[in-house]
Amino acid sequence: MVRAAEKRSMAYRYKRHDAGSANGQSHEDNPNWMTYKKMEAILERMQDEQTGVCVRTVKSFMTKIPSVFTGADLISWMMRNLDVDDQTEALHMANLMASHGYMFPIDDHILSVKNDNTYYRFQTPCFWPSRSGEPENTDYAVYLCKRTMQNKQRLELADYEAENLARLQKMFSRKWEFIYMQAEAQIKVDKKRDKLERKVLDSQERAFWDVHRPVPGCVNTTEVDIKKACKNNKARPARISYIVPGGRLSPGVSVNDLHDPAQGLTQEIECYRRRLGRRWVKVSKVAESYTSYYEQYAEFDAFITPQEYANPWIVDNAELWDLEKTMKDLPQRRVKKWTFSIYELLKDPAGRDHFGKFLAKEFSGENLNHFLLDHNIFKLMKNDSYTRYLRSDMYKEFLNGTKKKSSGKRSLTLRIESRRSVLSLTNYSTKST
Amino acid sequence: MSELEQLRQEAEQLKNQIRDARKNACDTSLAQAAANVEPVGRIQMRTRRTLRGHLAKIYAMHWATDSRNLVSASQDGKLIVWDGYTTNKVHAIPLRSSWVMTCAYAPSGSFVACGGLDNICSIYSLKTREGNVRVTRELPGHTGYLSCCRFIDDNQIVTSSGDMTCALWDIETGQNTTTFAGHTGDVMSLSLAPDMRTFVSGACDASAKLWDTRDGMCHQTFTGHESDINAITYFPNGYAFATGSDDATCRLFDIRADQEIGMYSHDNIICGITSVAFSKSGRLLLGGYDDFNCNVWDTLRQDRAGVLAGHDNRVSCLGVTEDGMAVATGSWDSFLKIWN
Repeated sequence: MVRAAEKRSMAYRYKRHDAGSANGQSHEDNPNWMTYKKMEAILERMQDEQTGVCVRTVKSFMTKIPSVFTGADLISWMMRNLDVDDQTEALHMANLMASHGYMFPIDDHILSVKNDNTYYRFQTPCFWPSRSGEPENTDYAVYLCKRTMQNKQRLELADYEAENLARLQKMFSRKWEFIYMQAEAQIKVDKKRDKLERKVLDSQERAFWDVHRPVPGCVNTTEVDIKKACKNNKARPARISYIVPGGRLSPGVSVNDLHDPAQGLTQEIECYRRRLGRRWVKVSKVAESYTSYYEQYAEFDAFITPQEYANPWIVDNAELWDLEKTMKDLPQRRVKKWTFSIYELLKDPAGRDHFGKFLAKEFSGENLNHFLLDHNIFKLMKNDSYTRYLRSDMYKEFLNGTKKKSSGKRSLTLRIESRRSVLSLTNYSTKST
Repeated sequence: MSELEQLRQEAEQLKNQIRDARKNACDTSLAQAAANVEPVGRIQMRTRRTLRGHLAKIYAMHWATDSRNLVSASQDGKLIVWDGYTTNKVHAIPLRSSWVMTCAYAPSGSFVACGGLDNICSIYSLKTREGNVRVTRELPGHTGYLSCCRFIDDNQIVTSSGDMTCALWDIETGQNTTTFAGHTGDVMSLSLAPDMRTFVSGACDASAKLWDTRDGMCHQTFTGHESDINAITYFPNGYAFATGSDDATCRLFDIRADQEIGMYSHDNIICGITSVAFSKSGRLLLGGYDDFNCNVWDTLRQDRAGVLAGHDNRVSCLGVTEDGMAVATGSWDSFLKIWN
């Protein structure tokens, strides 16, 4: 009987915020729309009468607690029915759904889930975020007012709610009579419901407000990123204006042209033709390039491979950064990296310096900066000078020089083993590879 | 047949040819091709630094090229330049408009930029002769909010905007040199290629576009996402990029194959992505989510390799240092965390 009552919509109390309503935002525009739909799909499985979470009415002292389930029951259902790795993941999902108000603890304003015998209830669909939209402050005022007019301990206002009510009374002092009347009207309707039904509906209404007017300090999940809020509140002009004083648009197109659909299409066609003039590389081939890039750089990826020098963020020692800036006594690994690409070479100040010296020899006097200023020569350099540099005796001797310096030496280094941060001091001799 | 009708038909024909070429290039999937690559194992990172100081939601952050300093922007109307290593605030810059949405650090370390609801990209010099930080240039021109900006060098910056365009600016003259028009939705994010000759943009029209920085041409358009693309970042080799969207998926698009080659999603990951970044080798793709977590994906095998949990509200931005030693996350909880 309680479930049937839940289905009876309480929507008459809160304005429907459909497309074209006061806040001008249809539900599909809400950036969380897809997330809501996914949570609701999971919720429907949870609420299934046969295969869902076990919901029951609990007898306690002289009263009944209708339509509840425990946190433990919920988490164990999730472990069995959802593809979660562990309890942490299940709790994370449960807390996510609770913070949006899809389920709530019956005795707490804070919308979180615990994996224990605490009781929770499901929210009625008309209060789901995807259906209820953003309520007004007048609605909240009516709600709080109604609570104070009923002599029930469970309806007593929390401190923050009392403060909210005081603020609302100031805000709406001129129409408070109207608010009072609405509250009275709602109480009248509520009185007609049966006791257990009222308990359930009261808690659901409270949970709705816990989402939209959360306890101070709690996350407000109805907050929208301001970029998205702007996106949806904009009235889109029929013609888009690109006001860029002093600038120019993509060549061949002027502001006026863009208003002309034929011009727009011509530009589109031009773009497609250019694309069709270039080749496509097969996915199998490009996939190969990612694996080989990874293999080449894996030793330099601190998230994957423990690094030779201790990570400054972990050992509180900035030695690594000082070492990377030096121009002397370069480790072999660093010089080897210059062969990966011209960008790696030029990124390293020591690399720029050495390559600059090479170019000076080649082009007698021209310096690196001169080449870099003109991008055409840069391309030439990429294909020609860079390759010659890598093949040059100058580079090879330099690379061997670093090898020679480090072979046979013993050095003491702090090594951070894998990701468990086990510190071990190791004597090791750098091998020549 | 009218001229317009002819043009429409021609465009449609060419689009179909491109679609067929893409299909033809799709002879395998990245996951299949990488099936024999060794798994990375469980990635567990710890918070190494927490940067406290902002008084409201953090909307953006960007590492300096020294892999140690970073800049963050918050709704409290401040741009803070941090020494991440010591957690000291190097500069706390009060902004003229508190509705800031993006910030950027110049590669030289001499400038930072920011912008937001004021539609303006403001450039701040960090190395003035007087020793204070001040605005050196304001770049007005966009007719919508500034969602993202990235320096090419001390004199050039690229911006993306809610007016559906991107723009390249000459900072010295304050002029918009090139406008990149073509998106049919707010442009939310952009990423410069390693060689800076191209950049990619992600927009609320669910598409990503590849642009030539110099001539303003759109070379390619990539579709596949089912909702707004909020974040975009180049793969380190410059031949691919990853996107994050409100549809709760991250995707990898290859430029030479001209299509999506990887998708990173899970039934239990249902919240949108706000930010994305690659680890140094590109093997890991990190994404900041609306569910307060940062998920770490194995780019090649397309499964989840780890989770960074620690924020008490949405992760709104993240970035990996250039030396690949750490990742920073910024959140609506007003804190930045540095992890590895």
